Amino acid sequence: MEAAVSVKNLTKVYASGEAAVRAVNGVNLDIHGGQVTMLMGPSGSGKTTLLSIMGCILRATSGSVRIRGEEVSHLKERQLPSIRLAHIGFIFQGFNLFPALTAGENVEYIGSLKGLHKAEARRRTESLFEQVGLAEKYNAFPEDLSGGQKQRVAIARALAGDPEIILADEPTAALDSQSGRTVIEMLAALAHDRGRAVVIVTHDNRIVEFADRIINIEDGKVTDRIS
Amino acid sequence: MALLARRNLLHDKVRFAVTLTGIVFAILLMVVQFGLFLGFMETTSNNVSHSGADLWVISKSVRYFDIGGWAPFSERKLYQILGTRGVANATKYIVQYIVWKRDDGGTENIQIVGFDPGSKLGGPWNIVQGNVEDLKADNTVFVDDLYRERLGITHLGQVGEINGYRARVVGFTEGIRSFTTSPFVFTSFKSAQNYIRLPEEQTVYVLVTAQKGADLEQLKQDILARVSDVDVYTTAEFSWMTQRYWIFTTGAGVATLIAAMLGLVVGVVVVAQTIYATTIDHLREFGTLKAIGASNLHIYRVIIEQAIISAIVGYIIGISISFAVVYLSRRNEAAILLPWPIAIAIFGLTVLMCVSASVVSIHKATRIDPALVFKN
Repeated sequence: MEAAVSVKNLTKVYASGEAAVRAVNGVNLDIHGGQVTMLMGPSGSGKTTLLSIMGCILRATSGSVRIRGEEVSHLKERQLPSIRLAHIGFIFQGFNLFPALTAGENVEYIGSLKGLHKAEARRRTESLFEQVGLAEKYNAFPEDLSGGQKQRVAIARALAGDPEIILADEPTAALDSQSGRTVIEMLAALAHDRGRAVVIVTHDNRIVEFADRIINIEDGKVTDRIS
Repeated sequence: MALLARRNLLHDKVRFAVTLTGIVFAILLMVVQFGLFLGFMETTSNNVSHSGADLWVISKSVRYFDIGGWAPFSERKLYQILGTRGVANATKYIVQYIVWKRDDGGTENIQIVGFDPGSKLGGPWNIVQGNVEDLKADNTVFVDDLYRERLGITHLGQVGEINGYRARVVGFTEGIRSFTTSPFVFTSFKSAQNYIRLPEEQTVYVLVTAQKGADLEQLKQDILARVSDVDVYTTAEFSWMTQRYWIFTTGAGVATLIAAMLGLVVGVVVVAQTIYATTIDHLREFGTLKAIGASNLHIYRVIIEQAIISAIVGYIIGISISFAVVYLSRRNEAAILLPWPIAIAIFGLTVLMCVSASVVSIHKATRIDPALVFKN
């Protein structure tokens, strides 16, 4: 089966000379649809850098990155947004919702970026809000939502473009245990029921039970793989 | 896109108010400084530009309007001018510094303006009380509302004194300012001749109107060919000569010009700083936009739309306050002018400033460290 994301000999070096830091050091990794892959490791180990490169928002110093078989490491900066929009949904620790837009508008925005007609974007968003259990919060502003609700809106936004790959950075870190569990159950369902490739960077040992694979990273290298 | 731009601005109302305050301040600063400069320009040559004449015939030594009285010439030249082909009308005209004596015995320097009330060339404008025809009577004058107090005038019919002669006020004008601080007092040529003791056969200027369709440049040459020891200028030329004299040969003119330029520079800097700060405030959101797949072009559009919305709202508020300031200044001796073309130009400048400032911040927004979106 073709990997959703495949990285080969991936290296990311920050700065140069004696100050050079190898945040990612020769990583080889395939991420498949239908699985929840968790990237774990201590702070500063390179997890988020690896996630950023897989998400095409940071360029590797060397190595190959393939998204659904398409080599993206050589693409120009201006070509990457369309790759992100087409294939990847992001979920952030800090939610990163637009505070000036309602919950519904935050999700509809993806539709507008994809060129959908406003009515179609709204129809899809309403359906996603049903799925994440927030139908009644469509017109609420982010500041009026709890942390768990914000993250569910973020999940809806990540799904709005119907991507094959969901990349989540510490999605439960800012949530209480119950909300965190709800969120992680949703992400697991996306992988298991809808075949998405879900990659989660986390420190949270409470959620490892939902992982199909755990990749441990230290000093930019993969040190352990548990399936 | 427009939705995000508009909502970003309105979401943080305090921030938006600060942005608008910056833009409004910049507009007011530009309007006041430039308006003072325009007022300065207008005031220095208002009698020339409102004269209704096509050509001014002046003594060779005269470089600007206010000193004409120092170099009078023979009125025989008037008849030579009237005999020139293409001249429709020509009238004598006086301007001279002289002293006004108030009822209470106090004195005030004035500039007496003598013109032909029959032709009305060079006469008063913005008349709020009285009729120019009333100036046909000897020793009658028009004064401006702005200078009533200085001249000790409270009502029509009141009498002052000029150089030992009575001067009965028969009319008031509004907004005819004098740059030299000596108020203009309008009277008939004949009365002015008496007031300044100008010999019977002399005049200070000759104001000429050309026949319809006449070539003014040719007419100037024809008059110069017939009349010796004079210069001939179009009204626009003589107006500019006078403005140029006051602007460049006096410190006041240059200072006003520099203040106007500084107002422009400070306005640009204030707007640039304000818009830049507004964009930087939303940097994280632009990082998120980038991460979820928005192109740099999309981010440019959001930022520029924010700038344009800010510019339009700021301009509407700023120009409204500016017109109020201009209206209130009409009763001051220092005029602030805001002609419509300038108001429109300031709109263009405001949009340009806001968009330019946002373009500078775009540079920052599109080079955001992508990892920013992953930081809590």
